[in-house]
Amino acid sequence: MAAKQQAHSAPSKAALWRRPIFRSVLFQALLILGVISFGYYLFNNTLQNLEQRGISTGFGFLSQEAGFGVVMSLIPFSEVSSYWDTFIVGLLNTLLVSILGIIFATAIGFLMGVARLSRNWLIAKLAAVYIETFRNIPLLLQIMFWYFAVLQPLPGPRQSINVTDMLFLNNRGLYLPAPVFEPGFGWVMAALGAAIVIVVLMVRWMHRQQEETGKIYHTVYASLAILIGLPLLMFLFAGSPLAWDFPALKGFNFKGGMVMIPELAALLLALSIYTGTFIAEAVRSGILAVSHGQTEAAYALGLRPGVTLRLVVIPQAMRVIIPQLTSQYLNLTKNSSLATAVGYPDLVAVFAGTTLNQTGQAVEVIAMTMAVYLIISLSISMFMNWYNKRKQLVER
Amino acid sequence: MSVHTPAPDLPPPSTEVGVIGWLRQNLFSSWLNSFWTLLAIYIIYLTIPPLVSWALLDANWFGSDRTSCDANPDGACWVFINVRFSQFMYGFYPASEYWRIDLAGILLVAMMVPLFLQRFRYKAWLAAAILLVYPVIAFQLFSGGLFGLLPVETTRWGGLMLTLVLSGVGIVASLPIGIVLALGRRSKMPIVRSVSVVFIELWRGVPLITVLFMASVMLPLFLPEGTHFDKLLRAMIGIVLFQSAYMAEVVRGGLQAIPKGQFEAAEALGLSYWKSMGLIILPQALKMVIPGIVNTFIALFKDTTLVLIIGLFDLLAMIQAGFTDTKWLGFAIEGYVFAALIYWIFCFSMSRYSQSLEKKLHTGHAR
Repeated sequence: MAAKQQAHSAPSKAALWRRPIFRSVLFQALLILGVISFGYYLFNNTLQNLEQRGISTGFGFLSQEAGFGVVMSLIPFSEVSSYWDTFIVGLLNTLLVSILGIIFATAIGFLMGVARLSRNWLIAKLAAVYIETFRNIPLLLQIMFWYFAVLQPLPGPRQSINVTDMLFLNNRGLYLPAPVFEPGFGWVMAALGAAIVIVVLMVRWMHRQQEETGKIYHTVYASLAILIGLPLLMFLFAGSPLAWDFPALKGFNFKGGMVMIPELAALLLALSIYTGTFIAEAVRSGILAVSHGQTEAAYALGLRPGVTLRLVVIPQAMRVIIPQLTSQYLNLTKNSSLATAVGYPDLVAVFAGTTLNQTGQAVEVIAMTMAVYLIISLSISMFMNWYNKRKQLVER
Repeated sequence: MSVHTPAPDLPPPSTEVGVIGWLRQNLFSSWLNSFWTLLAIYIIYLTIPPLVSWALLDANWFGSDRTSCDANPDGACWVFINVRFSQFMYGFYPASEYWRIDLAGILLVAMMVPLFLQRFRYKAWLAAAILLVYPVIAFQLFSGGLFGLLPVETTRWGGLMLTLVLSGVGIVASLPIGIVLALGRRSKMPIVRSVSVVFIELWRGVPLITVLFMASVMLPLFLPEGTHFDKLLRAMIGIVLFQSAYMAEVVRGGLQAIPKGQFEAAEALGLSYWKSMGLIILPQALKMVIPGIVNTFIALFKDTTLVLIIGLFDLLAMIQAGFTDTKWLGFAIEGYVFAALIYWIFCFSMSRYSQSLEKKLHTGHAR
């Protein structure tokens, strides 16, 4: 071929099917054609199958009456509520367990991550044992362990485990005192809001002062005083508008207070312990990623250890930790769907489980469920991209 | 004239070396540290002795029913595990055919061993055989039908064997799909790129359980009437779709780590796209991401437990079925501890392997 090309005086144009542009256009056109026809094929089959089974398509079913109860819901829900309400109930329960799980997992994770780096040999080893144990056991197994092996065999309400007459633990759940907000509590919340605003403004102002004059202001105690003192004053001024409703045994079950159902407790325990291990590893890798030279340089400049940690190590470690942390939060949210194994009424259990079985609207229900998770994960990854851009090392 | 002889070095203070020195440095270097040490010792004292006496010293090991366990309820009842062991391993597979599963397992181990030998020269061929030929053999062995083997329906597969089959299929099938998707995501053609991105992000954005639901509920709707899929195959399709998206991201990580010069050099040599990828880029990229592949494999191995929700009997489901049996009611803890131990051994050893690989492979691109 080479000899043939050399025979021409001017380099001839390559054959059409050898030109990159042509190939790329052809290939992509074929791909689009393939994707569309595959989609059409699936769509057609689905329509035919649904017709065969007598299922009408569309989202009309959402307004029908659901006719089943749910163990736990954050909005008023009864048998006469619609299928749309089941969606909302499931979604709220998913969000509830995810948010609580994220809080606990973060606390456990940071604690254990730092403990694993401790100079105390025993503490470091204990943290390592915790991480290596719970990281390598499937989450579903852990959820089922807490539910079927620990929480279900607990005694009934009459023999429940009693902690100072305030907490009661039995096989119906964990009973806690519930706060009752009396009129006037709004003022306390308003005071808290005002305190937050004042503290933010104060810290900003002092920061600017420090940059201009070099004089260091200590804001920690002042802001703590404002944050606690202002709402407290308002609380006393309004006449302590907060009461506690204690759970008490009445007949066969507890009345009053708040109850955390065992399904939620098992899920929460397992999710936070499991995700905590990954967060601990993220924290450890983040701290180790800050080179020792940084600490030494800070000491050489005369910074004390606490200040070094706060101003030098943590900001740099966070750059490594935050991306891993958000992806763990995302995993936790997705993993909360395992609730269906123990019957916690989350989105998958209620909507993609019961509602799907009752209506048979598989396509719509699964699509809505997937869309919820997709929206959550896409918005988190958008946040991540924004954060990465902001925190990227600016190299000169 | 007296010659000055320096006095011999004094030995270091006894508080700085040896056991005492180590204790001082690592456990009691300050008041706070001593407090933490004592707290840790207290935690260990609270947990370890009862655990050991429950699991080992007071445990009931032998027997064929629960009488001995009922007589000694303070110890673990390992009799339950003993009696049910073969079901936990093989599920509802006919007992006379267990040898087929054992044979497949031994064959796999025998084929894997040379991969870890330094001297063995045909690793690539062997790996190809494991990926391409072995699954066919294993499938024939498991499902039977040919060569006078008793046919065994997939509904009877279960236990640890099913867990291994699911994770094996998941990893083997998702690797090539993942590679194609990763190449697609790095492609210069906008449509190819967006199709890959949508596919990857779609599956990565949803939990596996919804994918499994989709596979078990919607796949029959998607296909023409009368196509019949068995439950296991549907679960496998779900797992492969899900896993290939994760695999694609792992492979993409490797592709991004290859210096641009390698791509340009391949192009300068006049290699076509597929040749430059297959001969130059992918061998380097894949080698770099082996630890990542092992890590996704660990995640997949743990995730296979989810198939119990759509009604397959993997190891966890067999255990669940074991202690809900009226004969063995009340031994949930033993069952879960046993399952946890098996999963833990697999996952922990794989993660150690991946860490050692990471160390070994780290040298290649160091400057």
